[in-house]
Amino acid sequence: MNMKRFWQIGWPMTPLLAAMLLLVSGCGKSDSSAPSGSSADGAQSIIVGEFASLTGKEAVFGQSSHKGTALAVEELNSAGGVLGKKIDLRTEDTQSRQGESSTVVRKLISRDKAVAILGEVASSRSLEGADVCQQNKVPMISPSSTNPTVTEKGDYIFRVCFIDEFQASVLAAFADKKLKARNVALLSDVSSAYSVGLGDFFKQSFTANGGKIVAEQKYNGGDKDFKAQLTAIKASNPDAIFVPGYYTEAGLIVAQARQLGITVPLFGGDGWEAPELLEIGGKAMEGTYYSTHYSPEDSDPAVQNFVQKFKAKYNGEVPDAMAALGYDSMMVLADAIKRAGSTEGEKLKQAIAATRDFAGVTGKTTMDAKRNASKTAVIVAIKDGKFQYVDKIAP
Amino acid sequence: MVYGVLRFINFAHSDIFMVGAFVGYYTSRGFVWQKTGLKFGGLPQESFLWGTVILLIAMLFCALLGIIIERLAYRPLRHSSKLNVLITAIGVSLLLENVGQFYFGAAPKAFPSLFPAKNFQPAAGVILSSNQIAVFVVTISLLVFLQFIILKTRVGAAMRAVSFNPTASSLVGINNNFIIAFTFGLGSALAGAGGILFSINYQAIDPLMGILPGLKAFVAAVLGGIGNIPGAALGGLLLGIIETFFNGSRLSTYTDAIAFAILILILLFRPAGLLGRVQVEKV
Amino acid sequence: MKLPLPQLFLVATLLVSLTISHFAHRFDPYHLEITIAVGINIILAVSLNLINGYTGQFSLGHAGFMAMGAYTSAAISIHAGPTLLSLFGFAGKSGSISLLFFVALLSGGIAAALAGLLVGTPSLRLKGDYLAIVTLGFGEIIRVIFRNIEPLGGALGLTGIPAYTTFFWTFGFAAITVYTIVSLVHSTYGRGFLAVHDDEVAAEAMGINTTRYKIVAFLIGAFFAGIAGGLYGHFKLSIAPGGFDFMRSIEIVVMVILGGMANTPGVIAAAILLTVLPEWLRPVQEYRMIIYSLLLIVLMLTRPQGLFSFGWYEKWRARRSATEA
Repeated sequence: MNMKRFWQIGWPMTPLLAAMLLLVSGCGKSDSSAPSGSSADGAQSIIVGEFASLTGKEAVFGQSSHKGTALAVEELNSAGGVLGKKIDLRTEDTQSRQGESSTVVRKLISRDKAVAILGEVASSRSLEGADVCQQNKVPMISPSSTNPTVTEKGDYIFRVCFIDEFQASVLAAFADKKLKARNVALLSDVSSAYSVGLGDFFKQSFTANGGKIVAEQKYNGGDKDFKAQLTAIKASNPDAIFVPGYYTEAGLIVAQARQLGITVPLFGGDGWEAPELLEIGGKAMEGTYYSTHYSPEDSDPAVQNFVQKFKAKYNGEVPDAMAALGYDSMMVLADAIKRAGSTEGEKLKQAIAATRDFAGVTGKTTMDAKRNASKTAVIVAIKDGKFQYVDKIAP
Repeated sequence: MVYGVLRFINFAHSDIFMVGAFVGYYTSRGFVWQKTGLKFGGLPQESFLWGTVILLIAMLFCALLGIIIERLAYRPLRHSSKLNVLITAIGVSLLLENVGQFYFGAAPKAFPSLFPAKNFQPAAGVILSSNQIAVFVVTISLLVFLQFIILKTRVGAAMRAVSFNPTASSLVGINNNFIIAFTFGLGSALAGAGGILFSINYQAIDPLMGILPGLKAFVAAVLGGIGNIPGAALGGLLLGIIETFFNGSRLSTYTDAIAFAILILILLFRPAGLLGRVQVEKV
Repeated sequence: MKLPLPQLFLVATLLVSLTISHFAHRFDPYHLEITIAVGINIILAVSLNLINGYTGQFSLGHAGFMAMGAYTSAAISIHAGPTLLSLFGFAGKSGSISLLFFVALLSGGIAAALAGLLVGTPSLRLKGDYLAIVTLGFGEIIRVIFRNIEPLGGALGLTGIPAYTTFFWTFGFAAITVYTIVSLVHSTYGRGFLAVHDDEVAAEAMGINTTRYKIVAFLIGAFFAGIAGGLYGHFKLSIAPGGFDFMRSIEIVVMVILGGMANTPGVIAAAILLTVLPEWLRPVQEYRMIIYSLLLIVLMLTRPQGLFSFGWYEKWRARRSATEA
């Protein structure tokens, strides 16, 4: 009787025990104490980790960002590398999924021994990775996450783009001065913290200047039908409609708004930036606007240079804001490494924080006390079925 | 309808819907013509004829796909437990979605306009687009067509026989295999049509687009009464109205959950659905 | 003298994991992370196995219970943390953290169990496919609700969760989960689950309260899923509604099916395999989901009893009914 019980219950426990032992023995006792490599160990290259969404829903952004970063690495290496060593870029895919970022960042830090991490585009995934980087004292630079909470994670977390607070104030000023709108309706994506944040900041900015938000409607990312929300918005008679979401829904929203007979302009933030925006929205996109980090039509020679190099490397593809920011994030990192004279965590962190007026393709980058970059925003209009650069607004 | 005949939920149905949309996307973009070298000259884009042709092509493709799936994945399991078939259906669904993501890319694509777009204003404040009217017209005709097949043809009678009692139906000489394949093909064709109609109105298509409509379709079917076609239509209408109402209200963020909440309520209080027959379970 | 061998096993496992945990910092953090993920998945798979495998209730909403546990325990750690830490101050620094974590996890488990009750009750009248869809629906509803709760982070999720999960906690609970569920099913009471699985009508006719068994299955299964959720939250340090969706539920279901329904050792093996495999396959991870789905289909067609079951279950059942006949 006793043996029977033993086997009945002990039986499943043995695999559990065996599993534990097997796994743990497979771990091996590697003495990885300080994850950040030191330049003193004579490594042949500087390992930089990158995490981005190369597949999945936001692959467009991730791929773009990665291409920019890769171009920067190629440029740096062909000029002799940094501190005499080549940059070895290790990229991991977060698949646009929650939960993957922390795993891949941990892998980059502990296995690949990356000295710094670049990533991500989406604020939610940057937040995940930031926790790990801060814990392990590895500097992280996000190329294009605009939600303020990302850099609040700790003093090792930086970004080279503007934050949503700034972006919103730019858009509020634009709505007020250029669109001459007194009443604005807001249609935001509740499944995206970026959208909610940008919308909230816009509200603050716009009402502070005396404007009025006459309607606030919400939708979920992935929704296809916005007619109900748009009908409610139409009834409130706004002068303009602000849609702080991503291009996939923005295109549909604009198209449906026009179908419903809404004639006022619609505008959005950097989430609108993608070539598919024009395809999805079609002719309805005429006369809409959005803010972004840079425009390939900027006559600044640095920008044009970058555009040419990008086109040469990637089959004539024109770089978008994500690519430009990906490029700049690597350049800022390289510059910091040079100034620090080492890749050691603490020194590198201080060097990045000390970045002043670094000339990149998205403008001059200066790290402020909150480790955010104060950058100029660019307003783009859609005219004649094309993106047109309208204005540059400095902080 | 498939459920009525086969008594299991085809999870993959929503993905055939997606395939229909993509077939429409690629054929209307001319990829197929280029690849196969067929000439399809002379037809103007964005005409009723063009739209109908694309619709029929998608329906045909989906019908074939449905029949193939049935043959490969479901028929071998016809006599094993329902749970196994359900799991296989989930597997097929996931397979279609992920292969779609792999080949088409997960990012949404812009679906071209098939019918000429025009806006009508039948009443004040009510604006209808020609695409919405197209959906209405096609849906009604397909429904009528379906009812006709089921009620007035021999095949339809056979389908109903199989749904009542598969053993008896084979005893009276009905080729169950053929009927089931036919049902699948028909159902898949309709799913494909649904995909095209959906995409005309909501022009962004992606490999995962079918999941939510599929689940809501199921809820609509249950709401109206499983195995009952007018019921399904009624269920769809009701669900659509309730959802739109929520979308425009302050609770718009809960819309996805509303469909499920309705499902749970219906199953709790009136499992047969609004128009369904209560089935007494014999022991 | 009758040695409490099964209990001995449990204690041994707990001690071993405590020891290993002590030397945790000596291991490669990446491997350690994978191992902890394995432990969490074991808890999830074994708890789902109770509902799906042993009791035959096809539940597709397990991720919802996990979410309940994750959010509840995280909320307690973050918001009630400081007060509770001072309350437990008598146990010293690590002692108070342990007590706090234990309380948080337990609350997560209880919250999940309550959700399990909520999900299980309407399911009583439903069979097979309907049950699957309803549990799926519940999972989604829970997710949407959390997405709308701003104080818990809304769509962005909850971040800054303290990193309390260690090897010991994970495998300690894994051991407790396995022990509890296996003992339960192998007991006299536990036969009720199997009866419900085999033939509900016959069971009712024999006087077994199928309702009660189904509810208990959901309660216990959900409880442990909640614990797993809590461990997960304090491991990844940030959770978001998107991480507990239908796909997550499916991943756990695949583990149960791969292992063989009601085959606990098999399910454990499957959980290990399906956690480690994606890591090995990282170079080809675009194909991962395609492989998963093909696996499901092929498995159902060729070996529906699961990869790891070798007829033990059937033989055991036969032996049981034979000895009792």
